[in-house]
Amino acid sequence: MPRPVFFNLVQIQMPVGALTSIAHRVTGILLTLGIPYGVYLLDLSLQSPQSFAQLTGLFHQWPFKVAAILFIWALAHHLLAGTRHLLSDIDIGSLLPAARRSAWIVNVGGLAVALLAVGVLS
Amino acid sequence: MRRSVTGLRAWLVQRLSAVYMLLFIVFLLIHFLVDPPTSYPAWHGWVLGRGVSVAASIFWLALLTHAWVGVRDVVMDYVHPIAVRVLVLAVVSLGLMGISAWAIRILWLGQIR
Repeated sequence: MPRPVFFNLVQIQMPVGALTSIAHRVTGILLTLGIPYGVYLLDLSLQSPQSFAQLTGLFHQWPFKVAAILFIWALAHHLLAGTRHLLSDIDIGSLLPAARRSAWIVNVGGLAVALLAVGVLS
Repeated sequence: MRRSVTGLRAWLVQRLSAVYMLLFIVFLLIHFLVDPPTSYPAWHGWVLGRGVSVAASIFWLALLTHAWVGVRDVVMDYVHPIAVRVLVLAVVSLGLMGISAWAIRILWLGQIR
């Protein structure tokens, strides 16, 4: 007998930890896709004084700022969610009430760091 | 491809690389807060100094394995036809290897370019 499958993401009520977990995956993929561009920026920063100036000039352009803020959110969420995993591995915050609380902290913390980045960059 | 990093070993690789990268990022953050590099010579000298370039190379190695284990897990979850899966993983691994060559060139061959 095949088991019933119900995957309507709009109707499923997701616990807060599910959002943390899904976002951990999504941000991981985003960060991976960002690797080539990150290496390109590192190259740009080191090639010559001219390319270094070109890189600092990028910070005045809004498409770059938007990408930077998205990257900072992805990194912040991924690091916080990862730290939550590491702590859970050594039995800190594994029980449900604490896990729920830390999931909230991760989700909100990632957004807070992104807001901070908005403040600094704009 | 599947057997090299799976199970307990993948779990361990993912965590060791995570801890190293976390420490390195905290170190970067503190450096940028305390002594932000404002000029090209300062930045160039700092990154390509012996200590930082070695630490950055280890970071690259950690990032490489971490991204590979993570992407491979995601691909194995969502891409089921075996031919497509192998193709996707091959593209990802070739891409990561290519970028590795680039990173090595930046960090170690910058002087003789």
